[in-house]
Amino acid sequence: MKRISTFIILILVIFNGAAFSYSSDPKEFVLELVNDAINKLSDKSITNEEKSRYVEEIAKENVDINALGLYTLGELRKSSNKEDINKYQKTFEKYFLKSLTSRLTDYSYSKFEVTMSEQKSSNYTIVNSKIKPEDGNPEIKIDWRIYTKNPDKPLIRDLIVEGLSLARTQKEEFASILSSNNNDINSLISKLEEFLNN
Amino acid sequence: MYLKKVIPITFSALLFLGSISSVNATDECFEGLSRSVFKFNMAFDDVILEPIAKGYNKLPNPIKNGTSNFTSNISTLLSIPNNLLQGNFKELGNSFGSFAINSTVGIFGFLNPAEKLGLKPLKEDVGQTLGSYGIGQGCYYVLPILGPTTIRDSIGIIADTFVDPFAHVTIREKELLSISGNNIDYYSLKGTAAVDFRSDNLTNFESLEKNSIDLYSSMKSVYLQSRENKVGNSDGDQEDWDLDK
Repeated sequence: MKRISTFIILILVIFNGAAFSYSSDPKEFVLELVNDAINKLSDKSITNEEKSRYVEEIAKENVDINALGLYTLGELRKSSNKEDINKYQKTFEKYFLKSLTSRLTDYSYSKFEVTMSEQKSSNYTIVNSKIKPEDGNPEIKIDWRIYTKNPDKPLIRDLIVEGLSLARTQKEEFASILSSNNNDINSLISKLEEFLNN
Repeated sequence: MYLKKVIPITFSALLFLGSISSVNATDECFEGLSRSVFKFNMAFDDVILEPIAKGYNKLPNPIKNGTSNFTSNISTLLSIPNNLLQGNFKELGNSFGSFAINSTVGIFGFLNPAEKLGLKPLKEDVGQTLGSYGIGQGCYYVLPILGPTTIRDSIGIIADTFVDPFAHVTIREKELLSISGNNIDYYSLKGTAAVDFRSDNLTNFESLEKNSIDLYSSMKSVYLQSRENKVGNSDGDQEDWDLDK
């Protein structure tokens, strides 16, 4: 019996670790997640491959990649057929994870601080934070747009770095590609695939 | 005589700005040409600006911070008339107070004691002032060396040289409070500010370059968002996403 209960506890601990469960309070959620990421990414005993895998896992668990994909597609999400949208979503997820891993490993941070949070609606909370780069450059202000439709499972939908929305930048970049390719979703998918293959 | 020249120019500029308000900033004035100029600017950055910024970054921190404080303090001079034109008297007080304290206690602006006193003035220019009057950005294009801009901001860049006290004593070689200078002073300061900005953003530029599928569009988005925020003195886009709409 003792062995079984120990085994169950172990499974729960491992499962919890693997699922990266953070607090359901948006402010705590951001604080725990970022501190966890800073510790992991600055750990010199972990290989770059392991770091990349870690970033992918926390992103899949805590970022609303599906919604982000639809948002960045703009109006085309309404006129495209389901099959194309599914194909786009799959490619977008791979693209997003690759670019996120690259962005996160480009930077090294030493201090992260959550300053305040404001509930915008029942679905959204904006969490304000500051991060201090290790290279002595000025601290960076980051606002997190947290989707709280399921209050037990907050999800990150956007990062607003020094007032610049990463989701909006992505959306406008995609819009430009689409407009120079007759709004053909497959051209955008090809561009994303090109990026993945580089 | 002076008024005879200024009134028609101002009137024509206002008529022109009124007509561009209906043009969306995401619209391009001449995309093909802008993309070519953008390529040229990227090459200029690779060969000249980035190496200088990297070298500048290796300077000891007190020198870098002092240079950054000095250029920032001089640029506060442009904010003063613009805050006045916007009727933003609180910011006018901040700009004026910051400039006065940093230029004296802060040893000609090399130190920033005003910030420690809570004075952190927002940077304002004529483009922002026109935006605060409700004038739209007009279409978007890229200028050689100067980079991304819109019609409103280009007019703003020229108008800046008329309202900026520093431009008056340098470019126009007018004497103000017994201080005068020349063109070289003006362009050296602008160049130094550009190097300082570039050195603060080495990693940001590199990351954006590496992770963009269309760098031209990413830079355009970043520029337009930044200008929107500056005009609204806001912290950025916090619109609600409703994916069901």
